Amino acid sequence: MSFKHKHLLGIQALSVSDILTIFETAESFLEISAREVKKVPTLRGKTIVNLFFELSTRTRSSFELAAKRLSADIINFGKQTSSVSKGESLKDTVLNLEAMNTDAIIVRHSDAGAPHFISTFCRSHIINAGDGAHEHPTQALLDAFTIKQEKAKFKNLKVVIVGDILHSRVARSNIFLLSKMGAKVVCVGPPAFLPIEFQQFGTQIDYNLDRAIEGADVIMMLRIQLERQQKNSFPSIREYRNIYGLTEERFRKAKKDAIIMHPGPINRGVEISSDLADSLKSMILKQVENGVAVRMAILYLLLGGKDRETSD
Amino acid sequence: MRLLIKNGRVIDPYSGTDETLDILIDKGKIIDIKPKIDGKDNKVFDASRLVVAPGFIDMHVHLREPGQEDKETIKTGSLAAVKGGFTSVACMPNTNPVNDNCGVTEYILGESKKHAIINIFPIAAITKGLKGEELTDMADLVDSGACAFSDDGQPVQNSQVMRRALEYSKITNVPIIDHCEDKNLSRDGVMHEGYYSYLFGLKGIPAASEEIMVFRDIILSEKYQSKIHIAHVSTKGSIDLIRWAKDKKIKVTTEVTPHHLLLTDNLIESYDTNLKVNPPLRSETDKKALLQAIKDGIIDAFATDHAPHTFDEKEVEFNNAPFGIIGLETAVSLLLDKLVHKNIISLQRFISMFSTNPAKILGLKNKGKICVGADADLTILNLQKDILVDTNTFVSKSRNCPFNGWKLKGAPVMTIVGGKKVYPFK
Repeated sequence: MSFKHKHLLGIQALSVSDILTIFETAESFLEISAREVKKVPTLRGKTIVNLFFELSTRTRSSFELAAKRLSADIINFGKQTSSVSKGESLKDTVLNLEAMNTDAIIVRHSDAGAPHFISTFCRSHIINAGDGAHEHPTQALLDAFTIKQEKAKFKNLKVVIVGDILHSRVARSNIFLLSKMGAKVVCVGPPAFLPIEFQQFGTQIDYNLDRAIEGADVIMMLRIQLERQQKNSFPSIREYRNIYGLTEERFRKAKKDAIIMHPGPINRGVEISSDLADSLKSMILKQVENGVAVRMAILYLLLGGKDRETSD
Repeated sequence: MRLLIKNGRVIDPYSGTDETLDILIDKGKIIDIKPKIDGKDNKVFDASRLVVAPGFIDMHVHLREPGQEDKETIKTGSLAAVKGGFTSVACMPNTNPVNDNCGVTEYILGESKKHAIINIFPIAAITKGLKGEELTDMADLVDSGACAFSDDGQPVQNSQVMRRALEYSKITNVPIIDHCEDKNLSRDGVMHEGYYSYLFGLKGIPAASEEIMVFRDIILSEKYQSKIHIAHVSTKGSIDLIRWAKDKKIKVTTEVTPHHLLLTDNLIESYDTNLKVNPPLRSETDKKALLQAIKDGIIDAFATDHAPHTFDEKEVEFNNAPFGIIGLETAVSLLLDKLVHKNIISLQRFISMFSTNPAKILGLKNKGKICVGADADLTILNLQKDILVDTNTFVSKSRNCPFNGWKLKGAPVMTIVGGKKVYPFK
């Protein structure tokens, strides 16, 4: 098994074989979370910082549990409770944390490229836990891992991603990852959220969900990110729901065994009906469960075992 | 004592001269030009194998003084300019306080005189406080020494205000310079909008935000018969519009920066904030159109948009960094290497875009030419000199330059301002 990266900054830098390595490793870690004693000593003595400049429920807890189940020491850092609120710069914040001899820093930041910037002056392994509207590689990896569990393969799967594609780091990372693995990705949303340049990422784009959903194997719904919205991107939530909301009726146009995914948090009754979100077709909680194993795999591959030669 | 420049290849695009000549300078003026001038009683500089050009003029710089002296001062900016081969610069009014009144214009000219390194031509604001609402006292400002008007990075959005400024410029007879940007379209943008902004997850500045304003300005210029100068043109669409306007003999001129000619948006993959500039680095298609426009003579001048920022200000997340690239110390070598040596334009055209044309646009009567009676501002070039761009050797206060480490052929080796050698420094 080889995984020669120092950082995980995005999906783009990963090869198909890197991705398969992550899946195999995650597979082997799934069982640990099902044990009564949910812990192995693999990363004992390693220090990890959860550096979260944006709010998060799933990703932060998931990384924290992943680190703890591998016996690493992890501390949580939030914007509101730190000197960042006194105006300390990102670079100074990170250098001060690193002075305490961290091994890895997990970064969530509202600005695209913040983890890349950190990696230019930092010794620690940097893991991107979501940077602005750029990438969210661990989310895409856990999404694809879940798809693999359900569908066994990626080749020729029709994956429809619906919503605010433009502002979504989850969409970007999934587009890069699923296309790499051979799936057919179709992006759907209002034109303000779906620039035609997205076709150059190897995806199809469609403004009509009723048409795009036909024959879909996987439907991935995205949250309308009200905090990133500019005025007039679409006229009203009501119109958005009517045109792009996933309802029972629309879902029936997909394949019979189609699954529904959502990176969370969901806006019930906006992009997805409450009934569908809670239905057997919904993978939403499965995604969260798999997230811990996938993040354990990432931590293990970057930090684990003997000192390996690293590149990137 | 008189200064005699001997044996140089004198290129003066104004008169079409390109031959080996001696130039005699006295009291800040050129007093004689001949194939052979007697060296007796004169201080002599042998310019054999060197090119002697009329002093280069950078019509778009930010000197940051008054108010932002941590980034640059009139003195350090002047030193950077002469080191880069410039004998004159025109400085933008976005200082603190804004250069929207005679006091600030006179302060800048006073500092310039005190240091006596270079000719500085202040560009005053079109509107008070760069707010885009009320015109400044333009005639008074010109009397105090303003050479042009611009709201640069805070461009006038209201077309009626721009119309009034253009109309009034027929009284002052100095150009209006517009940084063309529709701020509603570009709001929160940090790089060129296109494939790469979507790839990197950064908010885009569409080409349309520039082109819409270029078109507006051209239409207003035509209608009201006033001169408009389009600052740092960056898109293919703008070039198409300017080409069309020039065909129609509308009084439009334009400039381009070295970074827009040499760099493109894909480089921002590194999130290097030294690549963050406004207008943003555009696409490969735009860059090609700019190069073609230079070949075709559509673009009149080179300008650096020298925009110094401190290291700490740039050492942040891409979104949080200020816009700007410095250019005074690299522009001449960059374009000698990438345009002249690569046979994109002739040396004559290169010199006219750095000297003759900016002098013409700004109405600087005794500059931008080598003739008897002209100001003795000269830029002397060694076309074969190999240089390495090393920001550690810059005399500017700032280091925000994306060309660090570039190896280039051709460099300014001596700068003469008002008959005085100001570079090399002692």
